Parts: sequence; C-alpha cells; structure tokens
Amino acid sequence: MTATAEKTEEVGAVESFTVTLKILRHDPDGLDGREPGAEYWEEFQVEAHATDRVLDALHAIKWEQDGTLAFRRSCAHGVCGSDAMRINARNRLACKTLLKDLNPARPITVEPIKGLPVEKDLIVDMEPFFASYRDIMPFLMPSGPTPERERLQSPEDRERFDDTTKCILCAACTTSCPVFWTDGQYFGPQAIVGAHRFIFDSRDDGEWDRLEILNDQAGVWKCRTAFNCTEACPRGIEVTKAISEVKRALTSGEV
Amino acid sequence: MWMWVVHRATGVAIFFFLLVHVLDTSLVRVSPEAYNEVIGAYKTPIYGLIEAGLVAAIVLHAFNGLRIIAVDRWTWALRRQRMLVWIVWGIFAVLMAGFLPRHLMHVFGGA
Ligand code: HEM
Ligand code: SF4
Ligand code: FES
Repeated sequence: MTATAEKTEEVGAVESFTVTLKILRHDPDGLDGREPGAEYWEEFQVEAHATDRVLDALHAIKWEQDGTLAFRRSCAHGVCGSDAMRINARNRLACKTLLKDLNPARPITVEPIKGLPVEKDLIVDMEPFFASYRDIMPFLMPSGPTPERERLQSPEDRERFDDTTKCILCAACTTSCPVFWTDGQYFGPQAIVGAHRFIFDSRDDGEWDRLEILNDQAGVWKCRTAFNCTEACPRGIEVTKAISEVKRALTSGEV
Repeated sequence: MWMWVVHRATGVAIFFFLLVHVLDTSLVRVSPEAYNEVIGAYKTPIYGLIEAGLVAAIVLHAFNGLRIIAVDRWTWALRRQRMLVWIVWGIFAVLMAGFLPRHLMHVFGGA
C-alpha cells in the first residue's frame, strides 16, 4: 500500500517553488492614506507549481492575499486578449507566460501596458486603442451586388492575409511601440494589422479607403521599424512585415 | 528598439555637428581672424576625440541606415533583421579598428 502511495506522489509530483511578484500598483481612490492616483510597487510571495502561469499567481494574490488587486482576464487561455501586461519589462499575456520560464529565483515585475491611461493597478483604458482600430474600418466593404452564396476565394488569395487574421486585439504590440509611447496620435501597429487583414483580402474593395487613412500623419509613416511589436505579439504575427506591406502598397500604388 | 535609439541619437548628433560646421565656416565671411581661431581649436586633442566620435556616429548611422532600407524593401531582410544588426556592428568594428589607430596617432602623435 505504502509503495503505491509513494509512487502516485512521485508521478503526480509537480515541482513547486516560491515566487515573488513585484507589481506596479495604481490606486485611483487613495485608500489607506495614499494620495488619490498614487503609484507604488508592492511585493507578494506566492507558492507556485511549474505548471502555473503568471495569471495563476495573480489569482492566488487576489483570492488569498489582497482582494483589491485589479487586473483583466477572461478566457485564461490566450484567446480573448484581455490580460496583456508588462512582465519582466516585456509585453506578454499573463495567461500564456509560465512562471518557470521567467527565472522565478528573482522577483517577477508586473506592470500595466505602457502608453494607455492607467485606471487601476494593471487595468488600462483601452478606448484610445480601440478607437484607432475603428478608424481603419475593420469590416468587409464589398462593391457590387451581394452574391447569392459565399464570396469564394482561392487558397493563395487567403494566404496573403492569413497572418493578420490571428490578431486578438490584446494591445501588446501597440503598447510596446516607442513611437506610440511618445506620440499618442499614432494609430499603432495593431490598427495597421487590422487594416492589413482587409486590405489584402481579395473579397474586400475598401482597400484604398483604408490605405488613405493609413497614409495620414498618424499612420504607417510613423513606424520606425523598431520591431518591438513583432517581438511582443503573443500570436506570433509578423507585425512589422504587415506594416511593411502596407507601406509598400502605398509607395507602389498596388495592392 | 535599441538600434532605433542608436539611429536617432547618431542622426541628431551628425545634424548638430553639421550645424556647428556651417556656422564656423560662415565665420570666414564675418571675420577671418575669428575663423582661424575657431578652426585652430579643432587641432587640440579634445576636438580630435570629438572627431573620432563623429566618424563613429556617421559610420554607424550610414550602415544602419542601409539596414533600415533593406528591411523596408525586402521581406528576406525583414525576417533576418537581427542578424543584419550584428553585421552592422561588425562592419562598424572593422572600419573603426582601421580608422581609430591612425586618427589617434595623428591627434596625439603630433605627426
Ligand atoms: C551616410 C548616409 C546616410 C544614410 C544611408 C542615412 C540613412 C537614414 C535612414 C534610412 C533614415 C530613416 C530611419 C527610419 O526610417 O527609421 C535616417 C534617419 C535620419 N537621419 Fe540619416 N542617413 C545618412 C546620413 C545622415 C546625415 C548626414 C544626417 C545628419 C544631418 C542624418 C540624420 C538623420 C536623422 C536626424 C534621422 C531621423 C532619425 C529618426 O527618425 O529616428 N542622416 N537616415
Ligand atoms: S497584432 Fe498581436 S500583439 Fe498586436 S493586438 Fe493583435 S494579437 Fe495582440
Ligand atoms: S485571459 Fe484571455 S488572453 Fe489571457
């Protein structure tokens, strides 16, 4: 009997360790004698397993240590794009980042994504980000009569914008961009990715409306090819490549 | 991102050098004596070092500029931009290794 028990323990054993999370907090109300809007770092210690992600650690803090910690999350599986944050100075999804991959021996820093107004702790106001997305008209704009059946497309034509269909609007790219940090007018990489998805879609005829918008002051020409967006994208989208293709369409006049 | 910072920093540095250079050269028309005095100051070791920095900035800016052009133009280069960054630093190191000893001997050797 003992042997079986020991064996189960061995098989089920997941390495466990203590991690420190150093979180940049923002208190809009000024509780506990703080100034309203105060920003401060706070450290938490969490018991974690090798299978735990940063999101699990944040849950452990919120549920067991400090219920006032605020952050967004929904799917917890890298699909909804709610929980982009700056973890160890890089934008990532908390639900896709394993603690063990972050050198848990040292404190893990967690900050809100940069360049958008912070509302509370890790929650930022996403509205300026979504406004840019709306500006590029992210919907099918066909011309001609509506067909009786589906609008067909060859696999080759589909392939042209396949990469940019993967976007989950998490804002990791836009808020990693040094141009966006200093110039909030810039549409940002995500809006260009969103536009790319329609510009290079053979079923869509609104490409020049969108290209004209992106040719604007605040458009693609603000991009300085720093590649931060490509490195930040949790979906592995080649963001800089998409931006580059939009630039080339504008200079060549061909889509 | 760091190459972008380097590119902006070197670009702005070169710009200010050109600005100063235009100003000092135009001094010739105002007062040749003042011109000689200012240009004479460039022969001192401190300006020798600034000159070395200027050459470094131009070389770095120029080759990184070629990298940016390549990245803008070809998807092949875009996908290998990290490797191209190392190539830029490699060319920079080789050129500076050739230039610096000669220049510094000139500045400090009095030759
Ligand atoms: C030697 C030949 C040069 C080449 C190949 C070159 C190339 C480039 C390129 C491709 C860019 C665009 C960067 C981008 O899109 O991110 C750029 C930007 C710039 N260059 Fe040059 N350049 C050269 C010489 C100069 C000189 C002589 C100056 C100074 C007067 C200068 C000052 C700048 C500045 C201030 C920027 C803006 C940097 C930024 O927006 O971050 N460049 N250069
Ligand atoms: S392109 Fe990538 S990083 Fe940017 S919003 Fe979409 S999924 Fe997020
Ligand atoms: S919680 Fe949905 S992407 Fe992370």
